[in-house]
Amino acid sequence: MIRRLDPNLVVIAIAAPLLWFIPVGFKAYGLYVVSLWLVMAIAAMGLNLTLGYAGLKSLAQAAFVGIGAYTTAILTKNHGVAWPVAFLVSGALSFGVGVVLGFPALRVKFHHLAFVTLAFAMFVFLVARNEEWLTGGVYGFSNIPRPVIFGLDLSRALPFYRFVLVVTVGLSLAMWWLLRSPWGRAFQALRENWMRAASLGVDIRTYTLLAFAIGSAWGGFAGALYAPLVEFIDPAPFAISASFVMLLTVVVGGSGFFLGPFVGAFLSFVLPELLRATGGWYLLVYASVVLILLVFSPTGILGLVERAREHVAQRRAAEMRAAARPMLEGSEAR
Amino acid sequence: MTRVLEVKGMRKYFGGIRAVDGVDFHVNKGEILGIIGPNGCGKSTLFNCILGQLTPTDGEVLLEGRPVTGLYPSELAKLGVSRTFQLLQVFPTLSVRENLILAGQEHRGTKLSRLFGRGDAGLTDAANRMIAFFELDHLADQKAGGLSYGQQKLLDAAMAFMAGPKLVLLDEPAGGVNPTMLAALKERLEAINREQGATFVVIEHNMDFVMSLCSRVVVMAEGRVLAQGTPAEVRADPAVVEAYLGH
Repeated sequence: MIRRLDPNLVVIAIAAPLLWFIPVGFKAYGLYVVSLWLVMAIAAMGLNLTLGYAGLKSLAQAAFVGIGAYTTAILTKNHGVAWPVAFLVSGALSFGVGVVLGFPALRVKFHHLAFVTLAFAMFVFLVARNEEWLTGGVYGFSNIPRPVIFGLDLSRALPFYRFVLVVTVGLSLAMWWLLRSPWGRAFQALRENWMRAASLGVDIRTYTLLAFAIGSAWGGFAGALYAPLVEFIDPAPFAISASFVMLLTVVVGGSGFFLGPFVGAFLSFVLPELLRATGGWYLLVYASVVLILLVFSPTGILGLVERAREHVAQRRAAEMRAAARPMLEGSEAR
Repeated sequence: MTRVLEVKGMRKYFGGIRAVDGVDFHVNKGEILGIIGPNGCGKSTLFNCILGQLTPTDGEVLLEGRPVTGLYPSELAKLGVSRTFQLLQVFPTLSVRENLILAGQEHRGTKLSRLFGRGDAGLTDAANRMIAFFELDHLADQKAGGLSYGQQKLLDAAMAFMAGPKLVLLDEPAGGVNPTMLAALKERLEAINREQGATFVVIEHNMDFVMSLCSRVVVMAEGRVLAQGTPAEVRADPAVVEAYLGH
């Protein structure tokens, strides 16, 4: 049996080579912006799992990016650890912290849970700002090294961008696999009706913790790329407001749509650069776009695409019915 | 005869309200037991206590002689107890087939095998058979949320049977279902009971449905068991008549 290819996979397969070559002519700043887009899309992908698929309202994703970024900065700069190891440690640490943060989610739901995660995000920010011995306080870390992987020097912008692209594709495929597995279905069951899910044997506790932990791990992975990308980190990009931007990124892109985080991250992190010419007007433009979009399509940009597709399918079905009518009437006449 | 389910001295108080006030009953293997009673007599609370959705104030639940009181709903499901709901409880954005696969998946293998192994192998076939059995073929790839009320009720019932349960508790399966659909549902329930030896407990208001489907009936009133017996015995019981019709 030939199974239909998942359109999400097709998009990845087409976009990856395009993204490999398109930014060749870009200057260092342009490369930085597209790299940042991919890194933030990874973080948003994690939140999309927790929020979009499993329905757990988390307002702490930027804090996990921070945990990953600081972990990678400390390990690679202060201890000379190889980046791939730091990357894995960042993900694992975020996973572990995510499990711990998931426990409140077993007891509180909806906006109560959002507040718990908000408090956690504040806590991470305060640790980053105040524990100077560990994090360098408000001065942060500078000169975070870019990795050399398999003898490839990634210190220049283009090679590093391509490296980010490869990691992004890898993490996207892993997430795609996860969401298509029975786990992905169980996460959606949590979101849609956890009581019914429990009555069908879905272990609510374990899946809730897993959704938090895996989503957080993707935040940590993004952080591990963010630190060498920016080469300097301080607490500001991981403040509470940044976690709100992550939430907005997921919702605007299309919460619960696989490619939503890429669309959302484009709006949140690339559009500001494109609108730089408008000066102070950017935030106003962005806010208006978000407002109008969410009024018309609460399911985000990809929600609009989905609706358009359903509309076409309905029209086609109506045409087929119309075409079939003479045949039906003919058979009745017989 | 083996008792699949036994409930002893079940009580559930909400503050001063005695929703369930000392209920004892049992269900034999292969039986279809009906639980009837006026609104507010504690039927649904009883169900929720048996199924671990509420913690009983007092009392014991035995599944094939083994105490299962206070287990999580998911743990009970893995022991072979499944249920349908009074209000529609399907997963609206998943397709009909995915709803059914989900209903079966947690009963197989370990969690890790579900992530890395071929978690859906065999399940898709089982789901397709269930779809055919409930005649939902034309809707298999539709989102469950787009189905009619009666169709969703059928899907809800089909989901309860996906894992081949020992015991199924049906909470008002006939509520809001049109007569044609209801006849279809009854036929399916009888077939599964006959062919797979599955045991049912049915809460229902529709008397015709209960009396024709069930082999034994428990009548509840004000949190207690008022009478039990065959449908004919129960119908003739003056206490039952009084509870339903008043003085």
